[in-house]
Amino acid sequence: MVEAHAAEGAAQGGSHLPNPMHQFEIERLIPLKWFGVDASFTNSALFMVIAACLITLFTVYAMHARALVPSRLQSVAEISYEFVANMVRDNVGTAGMQYFPFVFTLFMFVLALNMLGMLPYSFTVTSHIIVTFALAAFIFLGVTLIGFIKHGAKFLKLFVPSGIPVVLLPLLVVIEVISYLTRPLSLSVRLFANMMAGHTMLKVFGAFVVALGLLGGWAPLAFMVVFTALEVLVAFLQAYVFAILTCIYLNDALHMHH
Amino acid sequence: MDPSAAKLIGAGLASIALVGAGVGIGTIFGNYLQGALRNPSAAPGQFANLLLGFALAEATGLFGLVVALIILFVF
Repeated sequence: MVEAHAAEGAAQGGSHLPNPMHQFEIERLIPLKWFGVDASFTNSALFMVIAACLITLFTVYAMHARALVPSRLQSVAEISYEFVANMVRDNVGTAGMQYFPFVFTLFMFVLALNMLGMLPYSFTVTSHIIVTFALAAFIFLGVTLIGFIKHGAKFLKLFVPSGIPVVLLPLLVVIEVISYLTRPLSLSVRLFANMMAGHTMLKVFGAFVVALGLLGGWAPLAFMVVFTALEVLVAFLQAYVFAILTCIYLNDALHMHH
Repeated sequence: MDPSAAKLIGAGLASIALVGAGVGIGTIFGNYLQGALRNPSAAPGQFANLLLGFALAEATGLFGLVVALIILFVF
């Protein structure tokens, strides 16, 4: 929907620069229709498959030697394991370690998708709100279910802050419920907006380099290098934030600290 | 007013939200530096919180940018 209007918007603007929204277009690589549902294999699906294969290959191949003194590749795998394990341990405690595989998978998947998006001519899956929203919605549902299974109806106490006057309670409970319900929205929009805004910005500035030509394009090209480095940082940071917020939500569900 | 002109003005107004993101990021890094210079030994332990705060502050501004993009490309 957005892509179709993007082309229209650029046509209205009448600019000579290439459309920065073109990179987000979804193409059907293998058209499929099952029972009236469009289940085509798109470039988005292709990049998700590539990311899943890359992560599997990386972890399996890096750990195949199981050396006591790790090789460089094995160190990378161990560091990423330790990084996520420490994140879960610090934020959820040892009780949360049973959810470590989920958080690790989530972190590596989002990180791989963000980093694959940084390659030229590739497709950034996480720049589509529906992908990030589906991830966030399942995290939200799962965490809420865990909370209710662990605590039963007492889980609703999460919405009642302790140590405040009773007069304020009706107001604060409503605010707490709303802030709880907007979690999947803010979690998904944060990742989507960062990735989309970053890639749009890179594209627009890249068009400036081309527009200024061989003589004038050097200064914006230098900026582009710095901005690309910043985008790589943002790609990592957003995967980290996505994982750490999942940990924080899990902690709320498991321990109900307030 | 021409509706398409109103659309562009609205998108421009929505992107003012990024001012808040700028203020927020500046506050976070400024205060981190201030704290880190006062007590350098405690600084590395708070680096994760710094990144988290940076990402959260940046995201709130980007919500405004998303509104601008929706105005531009969806309506």
